Amino acid sequence: MSTIAEKKEKVSVPFDYNKYLRPNKLPHIWCPGCGHGIVLKALLRAIDRAGLEKDNICMVSGIGCSSRTPGYVDFNTLHTLHGRAMAFATGVKLAKPELKVIVITGDGDALAIGGNHFIHACRRNIDMTVLVMTNSTYGMTGGQYSPTTPLDAIATTSRYGNIEPPFDACEMARASGATFVARGTAYHTIELERTIHDALVHKGTSIVDVIDACPTYFGRANKYKSATHMMELIEKDGTVNVKQAEKLPPEKLEGKVLRGVLHKVERPEYCEQYENLIMQKAAAKK
Amino acid sequence: MAQKKKRLLQGNEACVEGALYAGCRFYSGYPITPSTEVAEGMSVRLPKVGGKFIQMEDEIGGIAAAIGGSLAGLKSMTATSGPGFSLKQECIGYACIAEVPLVIVDVMRGGPATGYPTGPSQSDIMAAKWGTHGDHPVIAVTPSSVPEILTETVRAFNLAEKYRTPVMVLYDEIVGHMREPLTIPEPGELEVVDREKATCKPEEYFPYDDRHLVAPLAPFGSGYRFHVTGLNHKQDGFPTNDPKVIDRNNRRIIEKVETDKERIWKNEETALDDAEVAIFTIGSTARSARFAVNELRKSGLKVGLLRPLTIWPFPDAAVAELSKRVNAIVVPELNLGQMVHEVERCARGNCEVEALTRVDGEPITPAQIMHAVRKYL
Ligand SMILES: Cc1ncc(C[n+]2csc(CCOP(=O)(O)OP(=O)(O)O)c2C)c(N)n1
Ligand code: SF4
Repeated sequence: MSTIAEKKEKVSVPFDYNKYLRPNKLPHIWCPGCGHGIVLKALLRAIDRAGLEKDNICMVSGIGCSSRTPGYVDFNTLHTLHGRAMAFATGVKLAKPELKVIVITGDGDALAIGGNHFIHACRRNIDMTVLVMTNSTYGMTGGQYSPTTPLDAIATTSRYGNIEPPFDACEMARASGATFVARGTAYHTIELERTIHDALVHKGTSIVDVIDACPTYFGRANKYKSATHMMELIEKDGTVNVKQAEKLPPEKLEGKVLRGVLHKVERPEYCEQYENLIMQKAAAKK
Repeated sequence: MAQKKKRLLQGNEACVEGALYAGCRFYSGYPITPSTEVAEGMSVRLPKVGGKFIQMEDEIGGIAAAIGGSLAGLKSMTATSGPGFSLKQECIGYACIAEVPLVIVDVMRGGPATGYPTGPSQSDIMAAKWGTHGDHPVIAVTPSSVPEILTETVRAFNLAEKYRTPVMVLYDEIVGHMREPLTIPEPGELEVVDREKATCKPEEYFPYDDRHLVAPLAPFGSGYRFHVTGLNHKQDGFPTNDPKVIDRNNRRIIEKVETDKERIWKNEETALDDAEVAIFTIGSTARSARFAVNELRKSGLKVGLLRPLTIWPFPDAAVAELSKRVNAIVVPELNLGQMVHEVERCARGNCEVEALTRVDGEPITPAQIMHAVRKYL
């Protein structure tokens, strides 16, 4: 395993983030050590790699720290209501299928208040790439437990330890019908960039669950020493790439969360199906 | 010109015709009685004109997707009733502050909660105005016949596009489900307003340009890259904490409707010239009221009817003026008294104001109205 310093070395190829940012909207609101900015950088590199045009990207988010991302990027950007990002995004995409729709949503936004929209977007297989920023807490409202908070973890609403079992966003996405399901972390930035790229070029609903850290709330409440300490324990030691996992004995996989592309299938995409319907109706008229 | 064919249509079907006439090309919603025929009709008709229909997972998704569709440049609509109207409220506020044109049809049924799904009601008048939190502009139109549902739906789209704001079409179950003959107007017969296009250079575009009460709205993906948020924002669309900007923007979105309300108001007056008693009502209740007026006039009694087709902004001026020349205004409504408070406010004690309410799921009859009116004659 390479160290963080080595990885930094590898990505230090000059990349012009400003090409995609709105520099006059910076500094961002995120705390030092927050994972959201690292994920944004990986996303921008993936967008560049996929050759997407700024005019053709519509980034939609809900409400939360993670959902502030669209404000900083130079695309068509839509910051909506808590939990509703995928529903707004469905409207944008269906109305204008030529747009590449990217949704940025927190784990609370996507899986609690927005859980129903999440399930049904996946079921429809409508073409959009969804980044679920899983920091296992409600960052914006000050550290309450979220649907991905582990059992026994401390939050401002689970002072005695969380008694609710957590969700696995990837399993839910897959069961709901998403045709591309992957997981990455803010620690494995190069792999994350590749994973997001693959999600962006996939046709259909692509879900990328990104494990990132909220050192301010989850970290402090659960006695992590620092943001990097959290990243090492949760993101580096707590996960294993799905390809590597194939070669590892079961005891080495215990308690580990899988990273990489976990599910990929082809299935008709919703907007294409709808366009077919319009074409059939037009042909019938002639 | 060939003789145009009259068709027998249901109110909710007329709503579909009105929406398509106005150029609606996006519908998203969730089925609920007594509005479902609107969704069914749109699902059949939209693909035939290259438009988009989607049945969402709930009413919140229904309106959220419609806002997205509108931002992508299509005239958009959602329709619902009672419980669904409650679910849509947060998104209605979003469309108000983000200034997204949108038509929301609410076919009113008995409430609260699941209430009386197949029973008529006019109990969402205040929910339409105050249902979403915070101060915000509201425009709501109130047709009372099948042909009028068509024309008022067209007008609702025009108002939504002109003022960049959600506009509600409120009618009760009776009007929504009744059938009346109707001639679909030819293209060009009714005015159709399209939203103002952005013409400036993309670098100079502000989605909430300070120089306008209503700024042009560029569709997403048209080369104007901008930000939309439900947070208080500056003219460039980005969030702000500046008290001056927050204050100005909160006031502006209301002013754009308030300062132009004479153009948004639309009232129908029946036999009001020499009236000693006036009836003020909307929707199906106005049909009973018109009957009552005719009957009472036959006996020489001086009764008239003021029927607003725009209930929000409330027709303040018309009611204030009327209150100075009648003894009483009777307000029949299918609720426990909503419009009556507005009438009282505008009448300022100039005349008696009395509510006539009914919430048993039955319509207010002409006989009930005649009885209420006679007291003041
Ligand atoms: C309808 C509604 N309910 C509650 C809130 C308050 N709220 C804002 S953000 C948030 C949770 C954010 O958590 P998450 O989505 O996980 O994103 P994070 O801030 O952790 O990135 C909540 C509960 C709201 N804005 N709207
Ligand atoms: S509170 Fe947590 S999630 Fe929000 S910006 Fe700070 S570290 Fe990030």
